[in-house]
Amino acid sequence: MHRDMYQEHILDLYKEPLNFGDLKDKTEEKRGYNPLCGDDFIMQVKIKNNKIEDIKFKGTGCAISIAASSLLTDHVKGKTVDQVKKIKAEDLIKLMGIEIGPVRMKCALLGLETLHKIVFKKEGEATTEEDE
Amino acid sequence: MSLNNDKASKLREDFPIFLSERDGKPLVYLDNAATTQKPSFVIDSIAMYYERENSNIHRGVYQLSENATKKYEQSHKLAADLINSKKEEMIFTKNTTESLNVLAYSLGSYVKGKEIVLTELEHHSNLVPWQQLAKRNKMKLKFIPVKKDLTLDYAAAEKLITEDTAIVSMNHISNAVGTINDVKRIINLAKEKNAISIIDGAQSVPHMELDVKSLGCDFLAFSSHKMLGPTGIGCLFGNKKILEEMDPFNFGGDMIKTVSYKGATWADLPWKFEAGTPNIAGGVVFGEAIKYLQKVGLDNIAQWEKTLLTYTLERLKEIKGIQLFNPGIDHSAGIVSFNMDGIHTHDVTSLLDDDHICLRGGHHCAMPLMNKLGIAGTSRASFYFYNTIGDIDKFITSLKKIRGVFK
Repeated sequence: MHRDMYQEHILDLYKEPLNFGDLKDKTEEKRGYNPLCGDDFIMQVKIKNNKIEDIKFKGTGCAISIAASSLLTDHVKGKTVDQVKKIKAEDLIKLMGIEIGPVRMKCALLGLETLHKIVFKKEGEATTEEDE
Repeated sequence: MSLNNDKASKLREDFPIFLSERDGKPLVYLDNAATTQKPSFVIDSIAMYYERENSNIHRGVYQLSENATKKYEQSHKLAADLINSKKEEMIFTKNTTESLNVLAYSLGSYVKGKEIVLTELEHHSNLVPWQQLAKRNKMKLKFIPVKKDLTLDYAAAEKLITEDTAIVSMNHISNAVGTINDVKRIINLAKEKNAISIIDGAQSVPHMELDVKSLGCDFLAFSSHKMLGPTGIGCLFGNKKILEEMDPFNFGGDMIKTVSYKGATWADLPWKFEAGTPNIAGGVVFGEAIKYLQKVGLDNIAQWEKTLLTYTLERLKEIKGIQLFNPGIDHSAGIVSFNMDGIHTHDVTSLLDDDHICLRGGHHCAMPLMNKLGIAGTSRASFYFYNTIGDIDKFITSLKKIRGVFK
């Protein structure tokens, strides 16, 4: 059941996302986009001495993608770039504390893929999949 | 025999997919703009063709092949009759997208004008092929604007279609927001300027009576799978005179009359445009689907879908924070696009799926239109004649539940 994904804490994070908005002293930013449903984020980070000093994201997305990015941004604050590079999809899903099916996995992982684009210094926008 | 709820429920029994349930919940299928369900005789006919009739067409002189040829050609006649055209004007392709692509490709060397006019309501399949042609031929693309009420700006169209216009291509019904466009009006404008007129009928041919002779369009494209038939069969109706003058899309077997080492001459219409062994089974069975639709009656289908539309729009008023993207009952086909305030379309459609209710969520292959409307996408309910009032009731009940989850 999809309903099982919409736990209280996920819905709370959707309604009041953590680290949502503009980061004034960002050092880098990237856009993440999921064409399947139109999730569209800008992730901004302040990296100093190889450390994530601060991070914010903004944009529009579904409950799953916003909750995931809320938890992710909170999780990586203070971590080193190398630590962030090592974060895997499973780690993020564990943080979320819910089960996510294959279709919605793209929503959950959009924030992480965007952040990885930044730390791995990849070109272009992060996208999850092409549409129909 | 017009349709009502009892008759729609009765017709639904012809579709085996509606017999299956998931966790005790019956299927509520409201994604008919994407594809329709298949009646059992369509499913059975595919097996029957391969079991008893399979052979290649236009080749063998044995009875099996003659029979397959006859049936495949008969389907062309049925598809042609459906829109009041002739067999030689009816080309089978893979789907609407392919029809429009091959057309855009072939027209490239046929047309001489400078401009292509589309509308802002197009599906990507009636936009991207023309963007590519414009690039190849150094032509200019122009768009008939859509107004706030989601109908086209016909006054603007009069100014946009000029002596420089070579091609006017537009959808009859918007798959994204349901607008039924006044195609006749635009076709007339195109004719005045000697431009070629093309209609994307993917959403209209399955749902209403349509007559290409009275519309006067040069081309019309549609798909079998959106009208009970199998996937992998599409149609392209073309004005005979242009088809005779136009180069084939593909070359090879089945589309030639004679071949020498130096060159070749083309087969008669429509075979000139059907190179290689086609989807014979799909074509044959599509003919069966057309017969069924004609028995139900395209007028009856249109009228019943209007009833479902009216009922849905009325009942949606019971739900707080519904943002509709619909041109209103007078201008709309059986397609209802909407958003729920504060809930993303993907969450809406996921939660509807929990009640075994199928809706499409997203940009509906109309990204430029979504951008213009300032949204990422919508949730979309689209009807067919086998939908019932009960389907809509379940849909509304589920939406109310979703509103509760996001309270």
